[in-house]
Amino acid sequence: MSAAATALAPPARPGPRRGARSVLPGFNLTLGYTLLYLSLVVLIPLSALVFKTLSLSWPEFWAAVSSPRVLASYRLTFGASFLAALVNVVTGLLVAWVLVRYEFPGKKIADALVDLPFALPTAVAGIALTAILAGNGWIGQFLEPHGIQIAFQPAGVVVALIFIGLPFVVRTVQPVLEDTEKELEEAAACLGANRWQTFWRVIFPAIAPALLTGFAMAFARAVGEYGSVIFIAGNMPMVSEITPLIIIGKLEQYDYAGATAVASVMLLISFVLLLVINGLQTWQRRRMGGV
Amino acid sequence: MSTTGIPKRVSTTEAPWIRWLLTALALGFMALFLVLPLAAVFVEALRSGWGTYLAALREPDALAAIRLTLLTAAVAVPLNLVFGVAAAWCIAKFEFRGKSFLTTLIDLPFSVSPVVAGLIYVLVFGAQGWLGPWLAEHDIKIVFAVPGIVLATVFVTFPFIARELIPLMQAQGSDEEQAAQVLGASGWQTFWHVTLPNIKWGLIYGVILCNARAMGEFGAVSVVSGHIRGQTNTLPLHVEILYNEYQGQAAFAVASLLALLAIATLVIKTAVQWRHEREMRAAAELPPERPAAADSKVFQPQSGVDTTSTAINKRAFS
Repeated sequence: MSAAATALAPPARPGPRRGARSVLPGFNLTLGYTLLYLSLVVLIPLSALVFKTLSLSWPEFWAAVSSPRVLASYRLTFGASFLAALVNVVTGLLVAWVLVRYEFPGKKIADALVDLPFALPTAVAGIALTAILAGNGWIGQFLEPHGIQIAFQPAGVVVALIFIGLPFVVRTVQPVLEDTEKELEEAAACLGANRWQTFWRVIFPAIAPALLTGFAMAFARAVGEYGSVIFIAGNMPMVSEITPLIIIGKLEQYDYAGATAVASVMLLISFVLLLVINGLQTWQRRRMGGV
Repeated sequence: MSTTGIPKRVSTTEAPWIRWLLTALALGFMALFLVLPLAAVFVEALRSGWGTYLAALREPDALAAIRLTLLTAAVAVPLNLVFGVAAAWCIAKFEFRGKSFLTTLIDLPFSVSPVVAGLIYVLVFGAQGWLGPWLAEHDIKIVFAVPGIVLATVFVTFPFIARELIPLMQAQGSDEEQAAQVLGASGWQTFWHVTLPNIKWGLIYGVILCNARAMGEFGAVSVVSGHIRGQTNTLPLHVEILYNEYQGQAAFAVASLLALLAIATLVIKTAVQWRHEREMRAAAELPPERPAAADSKVFQPQSGVDTTSTAINKRAFS
């Protein structure tokens, strides 16, 4: 889900001039190889899912994707992903702001550390967060006496998803924040705006598209996340069972039809999110280009 | 806000106590959510001392998992590297219809849940899948065996290198390659002597990220692995098995290897980023005596510098 690079890359240089045929070789070879490899690795296997879904009868499909247990998993997956992405927007903006605007010792290390959730295998993140938040963990031991349980509860799912989604908002907002023009802020201050007004009326509108893109990316990633969540969730049916786990469960019972049906719902949602993100990125690029 | 004294400063930054508070909040959040889990891995791994730590890593199943993980990455990363270079070449250097659609398709694996990624290979190669009967006849095992693990890993790491190279090569344009062609270089020479030096940092960066994901992938591999100890267990799957068997310390010992991989990835990535930024700065300061080179780097200083630093810098692994 990380089209951040394309999202934020300023418009590329205009391609070869119209009419002037490129003198470079290798077009047929590279395009052919790209299409072949793409088809073999991605398109043909994905179409297997589509065809398998189409081979199911409607009642069969509907029963698989709308049983109470599956519906509960949608609620958890989407609810927790939404909450986590919201938290990511606030904290991501805070971290990006501090990294771009302020100087402090260790800033470069902090900047590099933001990408940890991308580099750390999800299973490792899952058991580490569980160890910290379990009743006897570093943080859990202080929460448990107050009756707060995070591990093995839906709250644990949210925590894991906050971890996973952390870099998206930071990395989409950071370059936009670096590019905002100080002159606009100075002008606002000259016109009598206080700092808060300047932020809210001048800076925020400029970074809003990037924030929204970051939110959508974090959300899309969270919806499909599996490794970090299953260790901390407790995986109780109807309570803390995420949709990807439902698919695994059905597969383990050799219910290929059911697994495929639920997977096709998730795939459809991924496509919609991909389109939304692409749209947001186009909007953002136009905004950045237009200013 | 006072406008006497140092108005300029006041106008574009916050009061010191707000700055201090925001920095403390941001660093506190990062310490809580990033540093603490990372520290927990190593503390838990060494809970009963170095002896048990090393024993957990020397165990035959753990060694087999390490070998399988290395093998998987050794196949998946070069495959996606060749693809990434080919895709970036045709997308960045040529104009053709459906280009943006192709770019979206390349991104597709990023938006597919890892579990779904594993499932689609079961549907193609599994016993009840498209090729299942044929494979069974010829006694070829793909799903629940090593080839399936490699395939699922190739799928989830598919876009990494291409995604890194496409914006980079688009920003650089093709003037230098065209000059090389006019001067009589063959296609291969052009790529090897002109394009490759220009994209090397982006390439290394993409390979690092691709490798980290290939070694750490859990969801997709978990679906196609079959979890046979010592045979189809990668490191992340081995962590899961140990953890579920309440061998917490051994699980964290193996997990610490993966955490070290993550730290190494971040260090190399940061070093590459700094090197690259320094080179871009040096290139921007070059006097315009080499029109071709200057063109691609200084002509659009903002675009050139920005694209690469964006591509290199703010790149998500997802």
